[in-house]
Amino acid sequence: MKTRLGLAKAATIGAAVLMMTAACSSGGGFGGSGGSSPTGSGGGTGPLTVLIGSSGPAETNAVTSAAKAFTQQTGVKVTVIAAQNLTQQLAQGFAANKAPDVFYLDPVSFQNYAKRGALYAYADQVPNPDDFYPALKATFTYNNAFTCVPKDWSTLGLAINTADWSAAGLTSADIPTTWAQLQTVAKKLTTAGRTGLVLAPDHTGVDDFMYQNGGTLLSDDTKTASVDSPQNVQALSYVKGLLTSGAAKFPAALSAGWNGEAFGANKAAMTIVGNWLVGTMTSDYPNVKYQVVPLPAGPSGTKATLSFTNCWGIPSSDSKRDEAVKLVEFLSSPEQQLTFAKEFGVMPSRASDAAAWTKEFPTQAAFLQGSSYAHPDLAIAGGTQTIADYDSQVAQLANTDPSTLLKKVQQNFESVISQNG
Amino acid sequence: MAGAATAAFSDRASGRLRHGRRRNGRPPGGGIHGREAAAGWLFTAPAVLMIVVFLIVPIIMALWVSASDWSGLGNPFSGGAHYVGTKNYAALLTQPGLPRQQLAQSLTNNLYYVVLVVPLQTILALCLAVVLNRRRLAGRGFFRTAYYFPSVTSTVAISVVFLFLFNGSGVINTLLSDLGADGPTWFADPNGLIHLLLGVFGVHNPPAALANHGLLGQSWWDWFSGPSVAMTVLIILSIWTTSGTFMLIFLAALQNIPAEIEEAAIVDGTNGWQRLRRVTLPMLRPTLFLVLTLGLIGSWQVFDQVYIMSQGNPAGTTLTPAYLSYSTSFGNQQWGQGAAVSFLLFAIIVVLTVLQRFLLRERDGGK
Repeated sequence: MKTRLGLAKAATIGAAVLMMTAACSSGGGFGGSGGSSPTGSGGGTGPLTVLIGSSGPAETNAVTSAAKAFTQQTGVKVTVIAAQNLTQQLAQGFAANKAPDVFYLDPVSFQNYAKRGALYAYADQVPNPDDFYPALKATFTYNNAFTCVPKDWSTLGLAINTADWSAAGLTSADIPTTWAQLQTVAKKLTTAGRTGLVLAPDHTGVDDFMYQNGGTLLSDDTKTASVDSPQNVQALSYVKGLLTSGAAKFPAALSAGWNGEAFGANKAAMTIVGNWLVGTMTSDYPNVKYQVVPLPAGPSGTKATLSFTNCWGIPSSDSKRDEAVKLVEFLSSPEQQLTFAKEFGVMPSRASDAAAWTKEFPTQAAFLQGSSYAHPDLAIAGGTQTIADYDSQVAQLANTDPSTLLKKVQQNFESVISQNG
Repeated sequence: MAGAATAAFSDRASGRLRHGRRRNGRPPGGGIHGREAAAGWLFTAPAVLMIVVFLIVPIIMALWVSASDWSGLGNPFSGGAHYVGTKNYAALLTQPGLPRQQLAQSLTNNLYYVVLVVPLQTILALCLAVVLNRRRLAGRGFFRTAYYFPSVTSTVAISVVFLFLFNGSGVINTLLSDLGADGPTWFADPNGLIHLLLGVFGVHNPPAALANHGLLGQSWWDWFSGPSVAMTVLIILSIWTTSGTFMLIFLAALQNIPAEIEEAAIVDGTNGWQRLRRVTLPMLRPTLFLVLTLGLIGSWQVFDQVYIMSQGNPAGTTLTPAYLSYSTSFGNQQWGQGAAVSFLLFAIIVVLTVLQRFLLRERDGGK
């Protein structure tokens, strides 16, 4: 707090004074060591800086070794930096005109930076750009320009604890394909110490139901919002019904940090979750047997799931952007993506990897089955807080009127749209 | 130990203050001392330079950003940003919408935070200091260190420990259930304490007068919600961590009070409470002002606990202006609006500090 801030300030100033003194007394030394490093390295002008928001050491190591392979192939040096807080560090980089040459970029930040013209639209330059899944191309297309290359992706599937499933007397014929069936099995799986279904306590826990009911949220060009449509209200009422009946719960009500944790600890028998569940189950709950199936369809038979992805961003003002494109080409090639999939469990963003990936990970095939009917997750420029507000409203869904909730969210999105102009 | 060092530091600081006061009474030097000014500037130049570079320039920059449409790309002074007047402030104060709603909510949250944290931590710190100041207390050094410990531990570490303690199935709720009570899911509970209390008396829906009128687009019913259950955890954490620091400040001040004064009061036949109320407290007034001011400023700027523990959730009830400024700027990339939030916060702090100074001064004059 304030007292500690004061100390920190004093320490910073003190350190700055020391540094200045040091710089004055040994200026020659600094110049000497600085001169030697940027020269050399033959073919490329590099070095390239890559800023990643890593999920853990496995991902950092995989990207670092891929970067090393790229250096061996081209002679361009690459430094991989795992960010502590990617959004913040990226913003600092852009503000200081020192943005990294290549970086992970989430869809909302993509909209923010693309709107300001800060991104280099290079994605059509990489080989076979139509190989990327349509939902992903749509996510990273701004003003009809496919801007940056999707790194990898996830979709939502329904994960089922197989032991709970058979204990409740259910068989593979009971796997839910409709909302009504989902409600029935969730009720059957609910016991005293366990709920049937656990949902993510934010918009990703309810948006999939809206799409399954034929609803939409934002238009592809993010110029119109239809959040409070009757279809969406109906879908949200269905989810609210699940929650109030006790057949479904949010993780907090189960004392879990997120739905995967509640599922792994068997506080819930089913969850709707992305493929990030797989890593958690392998490392934290290796003895829990589960299977993943596609999400059930809505009342009219519409199938839908959500897609989550990041892209490899390159700043438009980057002097080394041609080399950066080469690096992304290398990192997003079908072979390299398959390696990444094996090393840290992501789904390749290229359709040409589908067969090999399904063969390698047959138990996760349900995630990939959603590729044809996946909708991009919500993203709009300047919408971070609006989406966060939507999230916190959803977390209170059990005590709120769905129509009022969506009207409020609709208003907020409308004001973001009018602000974006 | 840390305690002794801080006490010594405080002694020196108060000595300097007294010295300074005496010097202020002297007429300003001139004439043959004229060249002293140049020398003075020369000797203070490094410090002045630091203040200009690290304080004045950033503040001017932020003020400019708060009145501009800077997009976060490149230097805000370099032509990429345009002057937009009071547009950013208007979005926060006059136009209905999410920014205004979030600002109102963050102000409500922080107001309850300040109203509870500042008095409670000051009283707790004062009590601890008075107890530790007793000459016959065994293990004084141990207690001094123990109470100061939370203040020297990193907020991050303490926040993480609190996350475990107040987890839905954490230690606190286990203890409560042993006592037969059903604990809330602390960090997921957005219900305000005042609303909960009214609920006990059967008031669940607001009277029309409160629901239909409000300030900054927020109804009075929501202004009077009280801190949410989640915010209460942050309040407990803050009181616990900061009272150690203020205890040390009080302790240093208490040790500065000559023992003769207390002895004289004893001779006059006072009891312990009278001595505390009539002798000790008045002599502690400057320290009390310091502690209240530091507490007030620190609690209006609360950020780190929110950033680590709740990010404003649940339902925005732990959102504070400092965190709102951060998330508007870095998350939403609306730098102008984020800077505007921080200047509004700055204005609130200045006004309240001046007000507090005025209140504590007035009583001094009355005596």
